[in-house]
Amino acid sequence: MRKILFESVVSDPLTESPPPPDDAAVVELAAAVNRAARRRLGRSLAIREVDAGSCNGCELEIHALNNAFYDLERFGMRFVASPRHADVLLVTGPVTKNMREALERTYRATPDPKWVVAVGDCAVDGGIFAGGYAVEGGVSKVVPVDLHIRGCPPTPTAMLKGLLALLEVSSAAGPTRVGEKD
Amino acid sequence: MATLIETISEGRKVEGHRPWPRFAVDAGTWNAVAARLADGQATLAGLWGAADGVHMAVVDVADKALAVISLDCPQGMFPSVGRVHPPAIRLERAIADLFGLLPEGAPDARPWLDHGRWGVRHPLGRCVDVAGTPVDYPFLTAEGESLHQIPVGPVHAGIIEPGHFRFTANGETVVRLEERLGYVHKGIEALAAGADIAHGAKLAGRTSGDSTVAYGIAYAHAVEAALAVAVPPRAVWLRALMGELERLANHFGDVGAVCNDAAFTIAHAHFGVLRELVLRAAGDCFGHRLMRDRVVPGGVAVGLDSNGAELLRALLRELRRRFPTLVELYDDTASVKDRTFGTGILSQALARQYGAGGFIGRASGRDFDARRWPGYPPYDQLEFKVSVLSTGDVNARVWVRIQEIEQSLLLIGQILDRLPDGVARAEVPRGNGEGLGLVEGFRGDILVWVRLGGGRVERCYLRDPSWFQWPLLEAVIKDNIVADFPLCNKSFNCSYSGHDL
Repeated sequence: MRKILFESVVSDPLTESPPPPDDAAVVELAAAVNRAARRRLGRSLAIREVDAGSCNGCELEIHALNNAFYDLERFGMRFVASPRHADVLLVTGPVTKNMREALERTYRATPDPKWVVAVGDCAVDGGIFAGGYAVEGGVSKVVPVDLHIRGCPPTPTAMLKGLLALLEVSSAAGPTRVGEKD
Repeated sequence: MATLIETISEGRKVEGHRPWPRFAVDAGTWNAVAARLADGQATLAGLWGAADGVHMAVVDVADKALAVISLDCPQGMFPSVGRVHPPAIRLERAIADLFGLLPEGAPDARPWLDHGRWGVRHPLGRCVDVAGTPVDYPFLTAEGESLHQIPVGPVHAGIIEPGHFRFTANGETVVRLEERLGYVHKGIEALAAGADIAHGAKLAGRTSGDSTVAYGIAYAHAVEAALAVAVPPRAVWLRALMGELERLANHFGDVGAVCNDAAFTIAHAHFGVLRELVLRAAGDCFGHRLMRDRVVPGGVAVGLDSNGAELLRALLRELRRRFPTLVELYDDTASVKDRTFGTGILSQALARQYGAGGFIGRASGRDFDARRWPGYPPYDQLEFKVSVLSTGDVNARVWVRIQEIEQSLLLIGQILDRLPDGVARAEVPRGNGEGLGLVEGFRGDILVWVRLGGGRVERCYLRDPSWFQWPLLEAVIKDNIVADFPLCNKSFNCSYSGHDL
């Protein structure tokens, strides 16, 4: 183990420079984020992931956000174990009817201000599962959604762009500057 | 004593079912096969409903036989197999939910996938509209002094799929775990019914995202068998290449995740790097990190040029350089092995009875790998060892996966050296027929059965290996402490989506 630790110290980190925030996402988010929320959250976001019926492909790529290459935590974003600790719900899947109530209860358990990010094509409108007897057909059918990140599954880079946009918008102005603008 | 094939040959052989035979049998033969399963002379490989009744895929490894038997259910009932052979119980409960066909004499009459929320009953059978109100679900009891229950899920603490676990514990010691699944049921089989063959492939590839390549191959095998399509050699080899990359990525990720659940985060971080390297190479070569929709009936939808092959060779070199150090790291860290040794032991008897697929069965002495038998090309032309251990604990499951990583690295090297030239996709005709595919995904053997008519899917059954692994997790955790459940669970890593469909 010592050798691995030593090599980690002397070699360059694998972590890559972040992609620019997604422009489209910034536009979608601008409407959703109010100044009070900005003031309260600053540049730190706690994320609770909710699988509402995905095929687990999105979960694999969400996991990748935590690996050494993407290292989501360096931006002040981290995954938390309870919705009660969360600012953001990252929801995947077409929302199965069997998961609807669990998603609603998770949403209600998340304190305000909060955002919902729908991840993956089936979270947008049910995707390939749309129209089935067992699915609601998209996250926005069940809880309000602030940002959609498309892809089947979206790449970690695509998700990073969306989440950085969220961070930009949520902290676009610090508490004092908000006052000055007003 | 009669062999499996002799027993089922009492029935009528159905024409147009490939590559293994299907027999329409009566209740007597159905029960005789159930008795063989109960005696351990055969292994259940699948049990499903269709418009015309119920079907059961049975394997006799000793005799090297694989066959499907079918029983008409004009009265909407069939003799329960689960009555004598517990691995069939959840499959029968699913048939009752989806088709309304009732297993007579079944030991467990509770619904399984149907939580009462669909607004319909028997969506694949005689579908009726009902109010979409959830039904009460009585959990099994555990009685004794000082017992308490811990309900977990469906929303879990980590980034994982939803399901409910009901623990009954005496202090720290688990005396009973009962799973309740079905939360991610999307109705994939209903969506596949009536779809064209290409759309069916997309649905199959979204049954369990971590096994999208293996599902793609299994579905393609079933379709190609049904329609007697000859697949070009280059496609067959490219499928195996993608299949082994998928196995590598999952094994790297999961071995790291097991270490993480023992709070050994440095191993998690380093295994995560190896997984990411595989996914990036897959993305660069095949245009999708998980290689989704790259396997199609008739062949593959990708090519591999010399740049791609060189990129994969560089990947192999890098993995071979880094991986042995990580194995050493796991093997030399006593505090991790203290957690994985002797934890979550799956007995060989249970592994055999349930036909536990993949590394779960192989860590408990079940010497089965669908790549070797029944086998499919190009594995008959490749050299690889099937790793089998006997201790059945978390460490054994980790260790089988470590050895499978080494084998996959060797397999990818062989494939790159010998990849045939030529076209990689054949025309798929519009025709009728029935086909079965059995493919070794990273998690175990995936079975796909299709019935095609006029270029469309009439019925598609997708059986994830998890069906026969989830029940074993309940057995494995018994008498372990609650805190070791994450380790046991991760060392199994069953698919929720693959199971719930």
